[in-house]
Amino acid sequence: MSLADTGAPDPAGALVDAEEVARARARTLERTGRWLMPVLVMAALLIAWERVVVWNAIPHYILPGPGLVLKTLIKDWALLFSALLVTLQVTLMALAVAVVGGVGLAVLFTQSKWAEMSFYPYAVILQVTPVVSIAPLIFIYVDNRLAGLLLCAWLVAFFPILANTTLGLNSADHNLRDLLRIYGASRWQKLRFLQLPSALPYFLGGLRIAGGLSLIGAVVAEYVAGTGGIGSGLAFRILEAGYRLNIPRMFAALLLIAASGVVIFAGLAFLSHMLLRKWHESAIKRET
Amino acid sequence: MPAEPRPTPPLGQRAKVLDMAQVDKTFSGNVQALSQLSLSVNEGDFISLLGPSGCGKSTALRLIAGLMHPSAGRIIWQGGQGSGDLGVVFQEPTLMPWATVAQNVWLPFRIRGKSFASARGEIEAALRLVGLELFLNAYPRELSGGMKMRVSIARALVTNPRLILMDEPFAALDEITRHKLNNDLLALKAKIGCTVIFVTHSVFESVFLSDRILVMAARPGRVIREMRVDAPYPRSETFRTSPEYAAHCRATSEALFAAMGETA
Repeated sequence: MSLADTGAPDPAGALVDAEEVARARARTLERTGRWLMPVLVMAALLIAWERVVVWNAIPHYILPGPGLVLKTLIKDWALLFSALLVTLQVTLMALAVAVVGGVGLAVLFTQSKWAEMSFYPYAVILQVTPVVSIAPLIFIYVDNRLAGLLLCAWLVAFFPILANTTLGLNSADHNLRDLLRIYGASRWQKLRFLQLPSALPYFLGGLRIAGGLSLIGAVVAEYVAGTGGIGSGLAFRILEAGYRLNIPRMFAALLLIAASGVVIFAGLAFLSHMLLRKWHESAIKRET
Repeated sequence: MPAEPRPTPPLGQRAKVLDMAQVDKTFSGNVQALSQLSLSVNEGDFISLLGPSGCGKSTALRLIAGLMHPSAGRIIWQGGQGSGDLGVVFQEPTLMPWATVAQNVWLPFRIRGKSFASARGEIEAALRLVGLELFLNAYPRELSGGMKMRVSIARALVTNPRLILMDEPFAALDEITRHKLNNDLLALKAKIGCTVIFVTHSVFESVFLSDRILVMAARPGRVIREMRVDAPYPRSETFRTSPEYAAHCRATSEALFAAMGETA
């Protein structure tokens, strides 16, 4: 992530020799390149896409050009945006439940070896079973559609949080553990003063993965649920547009989903940076 | 509290802090880490445990800290042990990286339910004793190795403990920082009269700091010689260059050499 790169500029006038000047130039170049290169690649791809469509006279119901996709996005904005809100609602709720469930289970597992021995294997089994194969069953037994969608998205998203937080809770410095024991700290104090802060960077790493996964879970669950009507999400809009050979709208919806994924990731990366910037190695900028 | 001075009485008149009587520790697999360790610690003592690796120095500290229990023998605190009676300094500074210097020093009080505001006076006094009163709000990563160790020492003495355990605290520091911290530790001792058990590999460090040195041998871990360094405190750089110091180092070296010979 390049969030850390927006930090303080070099102190002016501190550059004394040629090597330092060269190094400063390389740094500036790298900073610019970090956002310029992806933009250039994107532009090249869009132009290539547009040219291929025009030169080969591909009909828009097979492959629309980027301009048409953008036009469709604007034309269908009301429809697509309300669908996006539905999908985002499921995604964020699933992420919230994944955080509560993942951290809760991780704390339970580190507090009780027996709970971990009993339930951890089942958490793994839930994780490795593809959600597409469980989802149809879930929608048979869960009447409430929102609850079903949430459950699917949660199943996909909770594991990285559980696994990472468990690892974090267990990697607290052993000398600090001893110190807390010597001072007679209670189990709750040990958790609060030592284990939870130690686990924070690990948890945030898991959260970033879970953010993307909960979007995937929400979309997959919508595909399987396949119900339409007023409260339907983006995935359903894609399916529906596909049945109607409205390919430009499929692309427009896809664009929105991808953009949401990027925003979620960037938001969580920013959160992680803000929480760790004072003390954690991963968020600290170093010279050389 | 740490500011309150507690002058060290002469050797014969010191009150007893802790008694270890014929303590054995055997680990599973019949590894005898400690055999028949007897040690009585008096107020104001500076005792070094000196010996090769595997001689049970650290095991002895863990037993005193209550992190393990002896297989045989007894460890008795005079007048019982309270939760603030012990301060510990490990080989690593062992600070919480997410907390500021002041919050790190607050930890022993925090565990006892004392708020930061009400412990602030003690925290500042402890940091003043180690010369870090200007770094209250710094994070550990902003400090050098020696400064981190000072914070660790401030945390150990903030509760004004009856006994401070130090497990090779300066072993990972460079020689110059180590000398400085040795001097500062003695200055600190002169000021607050703390009682210390100090584990070390270094003959020179043990002679410079201690009034008693227990030379230990390995397999099984045991004390083979008790040396006394009767040079009066406060000791300074002049002691480090005196013939008396050299003689003590030599005698201690010989005892350590003998300990290693008996190990084989």
